[in-house]
Amino acid sequence: MYRLTGVTKRYARGEKSVHALDGVDLTVEDGERLVVQGPTGGGKSTFLQMLGGLDRPTSGSVELDGTDLARLGESKLTRLRAERIGFVFQGFNLIPTLTARENVETALVPLGVKAAARRRRAAEALESVGLGERLGHLPGEMSGGQQQRVAIARALVKQPDVLLADEPTGNLDESMRDEVMEVLEGRWRTHGLTFVLVTHDSAIARRATRVATVRNGRLTTERVDRPEGGAAGRSGGMAGGAARR
Amino acid sequence: MFLTYLRRELRRRGKAALVVASGLALGIALVIVVSSVSTGMKRAQDEVLESLYGLGTDMTVTKAQQPPEEEERSRRPRFRFDAGQGGEEQSNERLAVQGFQTLGADTVGTIAEQDGVAAAVGGLSLNSVTVDGEFTPGEPRGRGGPGEPAGGVEGGGADFRVDTYTLYGTDVRTPGLGPLTSSAITDGRGFQEDETGADVAVVDSAHARSEDIAVGDILDITGTGFEVVGIATADSGQPAAQVYIPLERAQELADAGDAITTVYVRATDSQRIEDVESAVLKEVPGTTVTTSADLAKTVSGSLGTAADLAEGVGRWLSYAVLAAAFLVAGLLTSSAVGRRVREFGTLKALGWRSGRVTRQVMGESLANGLLGGGLGIALGCAVAYAVTVAGPTLTASLGAAPGTATAGPGPARGAGRLLEQEGERALEIALTAPVDLRVIASAVALAVAGGLVAGAFGAWRAARLRPAEALRRVA
Ligand SMILES: Nc1ncnc2c1ncn2[C@@H]1O[C@H](COP(=O)(O)OP(=O)(O)O)[C@@H](O)[C@H]1O
Ligand SMILES: [Mg+2]
Repeated sequence: MYRLTGVTKRYARGEKSVHALDGVDLTVEDGERLVVQGPTGGGKSTFLQMLGGLDRPTSGSVELDGTDLARLGESKLTRLRAERIGFVFQGFNLIPTLTARENVETALVPLGVKAAARRRRAAEALESVGLGERLGHLPGEMSGGQQQRVAIARALVKQPDVLLADEPTGNLDESMRDEVMEVLEGRWRTHGLTFVLVTHDSAIARRATRVATVRNGRLTTERVDRPEGGAAGRSGGMAGGAARR
Repeated sequence: MFLTYLRRELRRRGKAALVVASGLALGIALVIVVSSVSTGMKRAQDEVLESLYGLGTDMTVTKAQQPPEEEERSRRPRFRFDAGQGGEEQSNERLAVQGFQTLGADTVGTIAEQDGVAAAVGGLSLNSVTVDGEFTPGEPRGRGGPGEPAGGVEGGGADFRVDTYTLYGTDVRTPGLGPLTSSAITDGRGFQEDETGADVAVVDSAHARSEDIAVGDILDITGTGFEVVGIATADSGQPAAQVYIPLERAQELADAGDAITTVYVRATDSQRIEDVESAVLKEVPGTTVTTSADLAKTVSGSLGTAADLAEGVGRWLSYAVLAAAFLVAGLLTSSAVGRRVREFGTLKALGWRSGRVTRQVMGESLANGLLGGGLGIALGCAVAYAVTVAGPTLTASLGAAPGTATAGPGPARGAGRLLEQEGERALEIALTAPVDLRVIASAVALAVAGGLVAGAFGAWRAARLRPAEALRRVA
């Protein structure tokens, strides 16, 4: 699915520049569940931006099914985001003036889905995250957990190939964290889509197929062997191969 | 989605929208007030001009002012009195052509033939000056002896009164044009079209009152009796003349042949006034053409000052306020986009094209502009209405009488000044501030422009925004 080669992202900050990503090589298979961990400022969000086509690397290539996102024209990249990539953000990023249903609809707008179909699909998506009764609620009228579920519905309503989530539970307290993770894990199990999830939650990490660690812009991965039943176990150390050579 | 999103934003961020809108509203209201007051001023000026020239006169043609020549000076009236011993009462009336400059009657025909001229009519403005009183010769005095002055005349003198009034010879065959059209006949009747040679007169109501003249009276004009058939009352301000008689009779009495002083011209449409003006200047050399626009420039007094103010300061002030309002609206819109970086970044991350985000910003801004336009129109109309209701009075003075509206200071005009009636014509006029549809239309255009300008500020910022901002700004 993804093949990253020598991905480097440099941010100019005053005189000196910051290497947010420094020569990242990585392959992500279809249907993989990759958890990304690492210290704050390590480059996790930047890494996710590269995968999502939100920004371009300073050098290197980000191939998604053979298409290099780094070299794709702006409008094609926008189109690709609209069709294939779902995002879930730490801060929910819902539009405060729109209702839950309208927020979910915004993901279908760039696809040119007709209004009636849009409304129906948005309602279904909200139902599937357990918010069927909240279609007309504004973000401000919902708990953080509910808001993040709306954001998940928004990310999934277009049936993307990849779901990218940047600390989706980072702004939530424990009970809400569970409610959001339950929804995400449900999807994880039932859909054949590729997940890349940035999280500090080690319980979630244990259920991943692979865990990547981003530190000082460098990425390493280790395979997680998951025994049947979901109890996480770690073995094989760097079985997935260190991406960084 | 566009409309839903737009509606939601406007409803839920109403206060921010109102701030932007009220800035624009203020600018637009000011523009409406200034332009409606200017329109009111213009109307007031038109009213002033109409009172002088009559309805529908687009221009007047007079003979160009020249320095008086010897021959002309001799045409000025001379008063001769016998200084007899008795000092008895003597009286003398003279009619003098206003400004002493005349045109031939054929000028009217020539002007009427020009393209763009709907009608032309000639008239003769006269001043009647009556001097009456006692004139006593002096006593010879002194014999010229030693130590005495070289003799002289002592005690000679005169005790006399000068009465003047203005007399206008009007072309009774063309009643629709000329100065009399700005007066209404309030008693008796007006001239009939066949009264070209009749000894009939129409007297202005103010003059009739002060001189105690009524319909049916006989007016003595240089020894000829004219029957007063009607009293005319000027629609506003001062009348063009105090006594009106048929043109032909005025010419005979003044011994003026077929001369006229002024040709009143109506153009086929106001767009052609300038063409007509140049045609007349070409075909009838040595004339001065005074259009209503020229004349408007001679209006002074508080009306003139106010009109200048409205035209100058008011206009610039309203433009300045408008520009400031546009700028402030633009900055507010831009900062509103700044506060919504994450929102717009998220939409871009979701695959919204920059164009779609920009359109949303423009749409909101345009709606703000229209809201501002609506408020501004309401406010502007309210103020304009208040001005009209309050109706502040303005005075207007016109520098010179018709026929000498463009008179320059010719040399050697001494005694002539009295005869030329250079007295100011003062009018009092209530100011109105009519709001016409064109003003409303331009207010709407300004509102749209304001919205677009403000939107452009925001849209520029929104368009440059990277989708990665969605991740960056975590609350
Ligand atoms: N737009 C930016 N401009 C400058 N520096 C940035 C920008 N985005 C990220 N960085 C820097 O790049 C590094 C990686 O940031 P980030 O990917 O957000 O880390 P993480 O998500 O792991 O906390 C940090 O040092 C951060 O300060
Ligand atoms: Mg981060």
